Amino acid sequence: MSDIIRRDPRAEWIARNRLHPLHAAMQKSDTRWMGPNGLIRKNPHALAAGFVGPSGLKRIDRSGAEQGGGQKRSAPETAVRLPLHLVEQPSHLVAVVPDMVGGRLGSHDRDVFGLARQLAGATGAVLAVVFGQLREDAFDTAGADRLLILEGDAYDGYCPEQRLLALRAVESGFAPRHWLLPDSRSGGGELGRRLAASLGERPATRVWQMRDGFCSSRAGAGREDLVQPTPRLVLASAECAEPVSDTRHEARQVELPAPVISHLPRMEDLGAVAVDPSQIPLAEAEFILSGGNGITDWNLFHRAAAILGATEGASRVAVDDGHMPRARQVGATGTWVTARVYLAVGISGAIQHLQGIGACEKVIAVNLDPGCDMLKRADLAVVGDSAAILQALIERVAAHRQGGRRDAA
Amino acid sequence: MTDLHVVALVSVGAHPTSGRPRRAEQDARAVELGLRLAGEQLQVVHAGDVADEALRAYLGMGLPRLTVLEQPPRADALPALVEHLANSPAQLVLTGSQAETGEGSGMLPYLLAERLGWPLVVGLADIESVENGQALVLQALPRGQRRRLRVRLPFLASVDNGAPAARQSAFGPARRGQLQAQESAPAVDPLLSVATLQPARLRPKRLKVVSAGSAAERMRAATRKATGGGGQTLEGVSPQAAAEAIFNVLLDEGVLR
Ligand SMILES: Cc1cc2nc3c(=O)[nH]c(=O)nc-3n(C[C@H](O)[C@H](O)[C@H](O)COP(=O)(O)OP(=O)(O)OC[C@H]3O[C@@H](n4cnc5c(N)ncnc54)[C@H](O)[C@@H]3O)c2cc1C
Ligand SMILES: Nc1ncnc2c1ncn2[C@@H]1O[C@H](COP(=O)(O)O)[C@@H](O)[C@H]1O
Repeated sequence: MSDIIRRDPRAEWIARNRLHPLHAAMQKSDTRWMGPNGLIRKNPHALAAGFVGPSGLKRIDRSGAEQGGGQKRSAPETAVRLPLHLVEQPSHLVAVVPDMVGGRLGSHDRDVFGLARQLAGATGAVLAVVFGQLREDAFDTAGADRLLILEGDAYDGYCPEQRLLALRAVESGFAPRHWLLPDSRSGGGELGRRLAASLGERPATRVWQMRDGFCSSRAGAGREDLVQPTPRLVLASAECAEPVSDTRHEARQVELPAPVISHLPRMEDLGAVAVDPSQIPLAEAEFILSGGNGITDWNLFHRAAAILGATEGASRVAVDDGHMPRARQVGATGTWVTARVYLAVGISGAIQHLQGIGACEKVIAVNLDPGCDMLKRADLAVVGDSAAILQALIERVAAHRQGGRRDAA
Repeated sequence: MTDLHVVALVSVGAHPTSGRPRRAEQDARAVELGLRLAGEQLQVVHAGDVADEALRAYLGMGLPRLTVLEQPPRADALPALVEHLANSPAQLVLTGSQAETGEGSGMLPYLLAERLGWPLVVGLADIESVENGQALVLQALPRGQRRRLRVRLPFLASVDNGAPAARQSAFGPARRGQLQAQESAPAVDPLLSVATLQPARLRPKRLKVVSAGSAAERMRAATRKATGGGGQTLEGVSPQAAAEAIFNVLLDEGVLR
């Protein structure tokens, strides 16, 4: 990167355009500087809101000559600090209860926050209500003006009744104008409906669009839309709105005015149950071990799947050759899988197969051919013989399990 | 478990593409679970029109009779069902999680539980045992996982697609079974006076918006190969070393239990 000072016309333009979302970030922070012909210039906005110039007139220089262009443009642009949206005295509150799967905000949660920002407008505030341990610090960019954290042992595990009591306390303490929850299977759909039944509010469910005070929700089996004036309680689908992207919010912590009462749960959580991975539908499985034409020993493959605790999948060739049942085929004409980890052994990576694993997060591939497409798609590619590597993997996992047992003992 | 009094609530379904009336998928699963628990003692209740032919599909699953609380079309099923259940010895009520016709908000089980003052289990996958007025149930979670809960009787449970698949409906029993109509006070649904039902509009696909600062970055993001792994490659290593690398990734991702 050379040290030549360059003008950045776009930054100058943004600095002049007060309606641009990045306007505030492009303002110079220094208030006095030497102008081009030796005069000391001042930034009246930065000095004081009501600055009066020497001639008694309020002076604003809109030429942009001293704004934006000053900084030297360097190649790795530092992350822009988004302008802060402050709501001191909110005219109303919009409460959002995100799912927080794994303690983090998911994309569905962010979409719901985007919708909440629309409902809050310029004068309202979005109140995020979250349960339990936080592993997330991005509430400011997600669009939360206020943050209420409900912590305690009572909210551990599955406890919809206790959470409902807490939400009722939020209702009486803050009286939000709207309640927004994600209509998801991972908690929001259930909690929202419980809240609706308990408050006696009729919610709009599966809402996918909100416009001009009306919201559209999918009805029935998805062949009809129900359009109604936006009610107080909204359960929104994924992609119901664009997530907040051009402002930063305060996420100021607030407290409940009164403590949450708790009572004996009528449902007792006895914990997760070990499921046989071969019973999990392929489309839902979290971890898939998939075999193709490169598998020479299918008994070894099944043993590996059993010890890894993986759901079995297969390429079409493996299915056509009769090594695996049809229901286990992954790909365009089989099942489109959503596994978090996909371990492909002896699969060449034909496009019909790759289509089916488009949604997988981590792909690990084992193949003899270093040039095949599966290895190119993989996050971890291993060139080698399937049988030898599966055997070694079985031994490694067995040693790990043994070690774990010895440690526990 | 033989003397357990089980009720399944069913609605009329609609085929997702043709819209033809049929048994609702999830409600049929509720009936299936009820049949496994109570056999022929299972009570099946619908609030609606007794002349609806689609109801016979439930009878075809091996039910001798089905109770219909008569309601005009588009009425609110809740008051009739509350009254019926409050006056019955029911200990366990099974429903689907979402109806396939009408609003399909999935609120009915929640409102019913609220009115009756019973606990509600959502996403029921199986009932393991019922003893001493307590039931051990399995709840279906996303990604095929299961959770075990202990609930007191009486309770309500809604099933979704995690419950066992419904048996086929046979023609003979469907003809032979009886639809028994019962009078009930009609209830109007206030929603339909403010809301309109219209054919579903296609949802706009969200474009992948790249909010990168510079044009060059946006261009790079737009032209990047979608399947560009950019991962690590191991070549010419021993099987043990390869297995170690794979094992470490699996451990990092937390999929090894
Ligand atoms: C209309 C249509 C639809 C299709 N739909 C699907 C679909 O849904 N799903 C699907 O999977 N396919 C589908 N296919 C088939 C697809 O095109 C490929 O033929 C198929 O995916 C190839 O399977 P494979 O990778 O197991 O076999 P191959 O292409 O034969 O690949 C075997 C791989 O194993 C490697 N190998 C060999 N020996 C070893 C060893 N000892 N150790 C390690 N690696 C080894 C080889 O290097 C090779 O890369 C479809 C095809 C068509 C025409
Ligand atoms: N008219 C009805 N009669 C009996 N049960 C019903 C009726 N409507 C809905 N249900 C039950 O309530 C569940 C949820 O319905 P809904 O709240 O309308 O989506 C359905 O799956 C049925 O089990």
